Amino acid sequence: MAATTIDQVISSPRVSARGERLGLLWRSPTFLVGSVIVLFWALSAIFGRLVVPHDPFQPDILHGLTPPSPAHWFGTDNLGRDVFSRVIVGARGILTVAPLATLVGTVLGTSIGLIAGFFRGLVDDVLMRAVDAFLAVPVVIVGLLALVALGPSNLTVILVIGIVFTPLIARTVRAAVLAERELEYVQAAQLRKENALYTMFVEILPNVLPPVLVEFTVRLGYAIFVTATLSFLGFGIQPPAPDWGLTIFQQYIYLIGGAWWPALFPAFAIASLVIGVNLVSDGLVQVFGKS
Amino acid sequence: MARFLARRIGLALVTLWLLSIIVFVGANVLPGDVGRRILGPFADPRAVAVFNHQLGTDRPILVQYWSWLTHALRGDLGNSIAFGDPGVSMLTRALGNSLKLGLVAFLLVVPLGVLGGIVAALNRDRFLDRLITIAGISATAVPEFVFAILAILIIGVALRLLPITATAPDGSSVPVQFGYLILPAIPLVLVLFGYIARITRAGMIEALDADYTRTAVLKGLSYGTVIRRHVLRNALLPTIAVVATQTGYLIGGLVVIEFMFNYQGIGQLLFLAAQKKDFPLLQAGVMVIGAVYLIATLVADITYSLLNPRIRYGGAD
Amino acid sequence: MSQAAAPPPVLDVNDFRLSFRVRGRDRTAIRGVSFTVGQDDSYGLVGESGSGKSTIALAIVRYLPQNARITGGSIRVAGQDLVGMHDAELRKLRASTVSMVYQNPGSALNPSIHIGKQVVEVFRIAGLGKDEAHDQALAMLKKVRIADPDRVMERYPHQLSGGMQQRVVIAMALAKNPALLILDEPTTGLDATVEAEVLDLISALRREYGTSILLISHNLGLIARLCGRIGVLYAGRLVEEGSCDSLFADPRHPYTVGLLRAIPRWGMSKTQGVLDTIPGLPPPVGANIPACVFVDRCGLAQDICREKEPPLFDLGNSRWSRCFFYERANLLPVHEPPVRVRAPRHGEAQTLIKVEHLNKTFRHDGQSLKGVVDVSLVIRQGEALGLVGESGSGKTTLARVLLGLTAPDKGSVLEVEGHALIPVIGQRPRDQVRALQMVFQNPGGSLNRRHSVRRILGRALSRLIGLVGRARERRILELAQSVRLDRSLLDVWPDQLSGGLKQRVAIARAFAGEPRLVVADEPTSALDVSVQGAILNLLVDLQAEKGVTYLFISHDLGVVRYLSDRIAVLYLGRLMEVGDAETVFTGPHHPYTEALLSAAPVVKGEQRTRIRLHGEVPSAASPPTGCVFHTRCPRFIGDICVNVEPPLLEVEPGHMMSCHIPISELRKMQRPEAGVPVPTERTT
Repeated sequence: MAATTIDQVISSPRVSARGERLGLLWRSPTFLVGSVIVLFWALSAIFGRLVVPHDPFQPDILHGLTPPSPAHWFGTDNLGRDVFSRVIVGARGILTVAPLATLVGTVLGTSIGLIAGFFRGLVDDVLMRAVDAFLAVPVVIVGLLALVALGPSNLTVILVIGIVFTPLIARTVRAAVLAERELEYVQAAQLRKENALYTMFVEILPNVLPPVLVEFTVRLGYAIFVTATLSFLGFGIQPPAPDWGLTIFQQYIYLIGGAWWPALFPAFAIASLVIGVNLVSDGLVQVFGKS
Repeated sequence: MARFLARRIGLALVTLWLLSIIVFVGANVLPGDVGRRILGPFADPRAVAVFNHQLGTDRPILVQYWSWLTHALRGDLGNSIAFGDPGVSMLTRALGNSLKLGLVAFLLVVPLGVLGGIVAALNRDRFLDRLITIAGISATAVPEFVFAILAILIIGVALRLLPITATAPDGSSVPVQFGYLILPAIPLVLVLFGYIARITRAGMIEALDADYTRTAVLKGLSYGTVIRRHVLRNALLPTIAVVATQTGYLIGGLVVIEFMFNYQGIGQLLFLAAQKKDFPLLQAGVMVIGAVYLIATLVADITYSLLNPRIRYGGAD
Repeated sequence: MSQAAAPPPVLDVNDFRLSFRVRGRDRTAIRGVSFTVGQDDSYGLVGESGSGKSTIALAIVRYLPQNARITGGSIRVAGQDLVGMHDAELRKLRASTVSMVYQNPGSALNPSIHIGKQVVEVFRIAGLGKDEAHDQALAMLKKVRIADPDRVMERYPHQLSGGMQQRVVIAMALAKNPALLILDEPTTGLDATVEAEVLDLISALRREYGTSILLISHNLGLIARLCGRIGVLYAGRLVEEGSCDSLFADPRHPYTVGLLRAIPRWGMSKTQGVLDTIPGLPPPVGANIPACVFVDRCGLAQDICREKEPPLFDLGNSRWSRCFFYERANLLPVHEPPVRVRAPRHGEAQTLIKVEHLNKTFRHDGQSLKGVVDVSLVIRQGEALGLVGESGSGKTTLARVLLGLTAPDKGSVLEVEGHALIPVIGQRPRDQVRALQMVFQNPGGSLNRRHSVRRILGRALSRLIGLVGRARERRILELAQSVRLDRSLLDVWPDQLSGGLKQRVAIARAFAGEPRLVVADEPTSALDVSVQGAILNLLVDLQAEKGVTYLFISHDLGVVRYLSDRIAVLYLGRLMEVGDAETVFTGPHHPYTEALLSAAPVVKGEQRTRIRLHGEVPSAASPPTGCVFHTRCPRFIGDICVNVEPPLLEVEPGHMMSCHIPISELRKMQRPEAGVPVPTERTT
């Protein structure tokens, strides 16, 4: 019997690919800036209620619509409530609904994408037609229809956005699965007579997780966008929650009269959060994108 | 080629049909008791029953669907509960207005986005590229209503560059109408710019890195000629395919923009329908939007296949 | 006495150094390379992955990535200094003096522009008018032996076959009558017979145009065929240089010696000799190597090799070697342990697999395509059957049908050890699933990157044999040992392994269930030359130890001949010839086999008589009538070949052939003295 031979020297330069990628991530400015922003709002969502200077729900009609001042950093809205406190606390609503909705969409979408991509043929065709049908109508409009039909509540919003996102994510996952499926390890699994469930979830899924992760963060940004829009239209998060979209809807008429602060600061909050999430996802795409 | 066309149209029709089922379920099954939903929780049960009978929602689901489908194929999309008028006429008028707004937005954003993507790709990883990419990401992220507020404030109120209302006075010529539509189109343009620029940039980079570009450069052509003659035609192909899908986001944005500018387009119509729980109108409107989107993607698909020799001319000898 | 000024060499590379800036650090890729290519010369640069050969090619045309930095030395093309050139001069150089042809001709052509326009463009750059350029382009296409150039001019690249695409690229390259033509792996991916044609074309054209050639390849046989001189590149350094003949006959650097020992010399079979390997891996790009670049893998290394870098020693006769011990290079100790070989038993061995009237038709979009047509053969226990054929031959389809990955047409008979083999693997009983396993071509794709090696082997064991727990762990260790995989590698991810190691894991996995038949589909094609030997030796060893049977698929005839006991030759899904390896290879053999053998580029050994096949492999969708090979057969005898499909007959004991020419005639025709048949221009 031949002696065992080591004919390679792999270890040193090839530090695990994953470790190398994480290192790159930390050095990416887009990722870092985005993470800081997201972190700030996440902390606001969790601890906001405890640290804000004023009670966000306490009206003070006499001092309504006062401009920003040392007492009220962001001024007061039409009911005299402190805008700054409302903005900070308002993060909670949107940061509960949007991530959960995205999670629902990702789990469902990944499963559908896996099934469509793995089985191909008729199953794929049928599923993709259904996906196309969902994609034909913009998210906001489907959201409207569903929320009208079911009545607005946080849970409904989460489910509706989640289900509407499913086709989008399924598309991307399917594409990744189609590519993986061509690789020989899938054939090797067939040669072991592995069943479909095993091959899909144990063999293929771990390899499509990077694109799934990227999809998640990309969709998260869009989920925030949609949640804010639906709240703005009155079909999302309901009053008296200090939700940003809702606030803007309530306060933007005062813009014409010159009171820009109650509408603009929540607007900036939305913008900054979505930009932050998008920067994070852009950073992730740059590092994990071509896996 | 004809087979391909037939196949694509067939698929689009199947999708449209599936959409009709989904929409129908959404508008007639999800609410449960439609009459109750519309009249509210405090209405008298007998009034609700009468209302349901008027609407026809007390029939079996499949019968309802069949009735709706056959009417729709004949061009009758039901009457609006809230407004009383037939859905089709309301929708056509509103759609016309929205298409004008959409067209203005499109005419602005596509050249801007494509140009941005090309410039970004040609300056890859340098300042201009980072700038365009970050600007694109940021702009895409912000919801339209935020931009709308800023646009109204800055351009409309402070600088007084453009009129704030979107609707031109009656009888205005088309160019004047378009002029009024520029301000409302701006938020749409900003939101879509990022995505189009990004896809164009990706397509350009892939073409720039391709072997055929190397061949062209090694023939001794100048850089400019290589870009013009060899790179652009391959780089812009994916963009065409993608631009059509942007109609989806465009229409979604219309709801908000039309609401804010009080513009009588289909977005506003649907919003009002939603507020008034006008299910027939909602159903009809969503179908129309779906159809518009499918037509847009079909056109884009066909254009893409005509322009891409690999698809147009099939395989090897 | 007056001396006429000698014309400058076409290419003069002098101590050229280049590095890449990666993440803020400079990584040296080329460490000082010098060579010259004179007028009418043909120079070959050979090296494996990471040697820097492609980088040099791109440096000569100055098409380097943005992060490349030239850190020293010079490159002169036709006397002009390349490194300091301005853009305008560079463009002129590219337009008139240097041309490049590289692999993947399909992607080298712009998919959205007509062929005609792309070729015409070259002439327009040279200043010709529209009409004249068009005429010249047409003439050029004719020159590269494209039949019907008018039609081809109207086509798009994706409508042409690989061979035709490469000919168009060559036409574009030679159109400007360059002084230097650089070829970077120009025939990778092309079928053997097409490759031979392209090489002949290049040879002929370059003589006609008087162009100098720089050929870059990892394939020594290719270089031997085209080039007069050769330079061996390792880790960015030229380690040996000389004329092809003298270098191959008498290599003077341990690396060259190792390379030559790693490839089966023509005619060599496993019973005649062992292939050797070069242990270790080439240093990664950018590594800092103070001394001899090859020292870590060299069996002759001494202390001095680790302290100083050897200079280029002049061995006289234009031979150079960068090794202190060039005199002893041939004494490089063999690295691979000796290999046991099972002597093939003729006739007595029992049948393991029986295939009768196997047909496989693919249906797509209303068209049907016959992948395998009426194949009947037998695979005997313990033998290695080599399956040979070009693209469209059906060899992969045949293997897939055997493995149950694709179902054959009704009426096909498949048997393993006398029992019917269930066509679809999903329905096979466990013992049949265990019995047939496969080693894939692409080691990177055949192992799940998210599973550790231990998990991969463990799953195979538990699934195929039902082993769990301690027994399974023990068996994993045994498997690893049997493929000479160190146990420390069991808990790493496939990405951390080199190609050769990945393939060992794949082989271990295939053997996990103690299979009866292992299908090896191009098991070494994706590996570096220096590593191939180890894998092939491993396969031979395992066969001797476990008595397993192989179905071995490869396009590399040298490797097939080395490994196989019997050979089956396929063309367009039909069996052309089956027989003992020796018999099939020495002849007399089927005309197609004859052409294949003559097409294979060899380093040393018998000089084959050159048979050139015309045209491309016909499309499987509309195969020729009668004998499917008749459209390209150099021994075509007449109408019978066009009308009647020859049956597969036993022409000698143990030797089956499908040809109308009786074997006695073939024997006379194929003797070396009989001369080479002149291929006639045939219209299909």
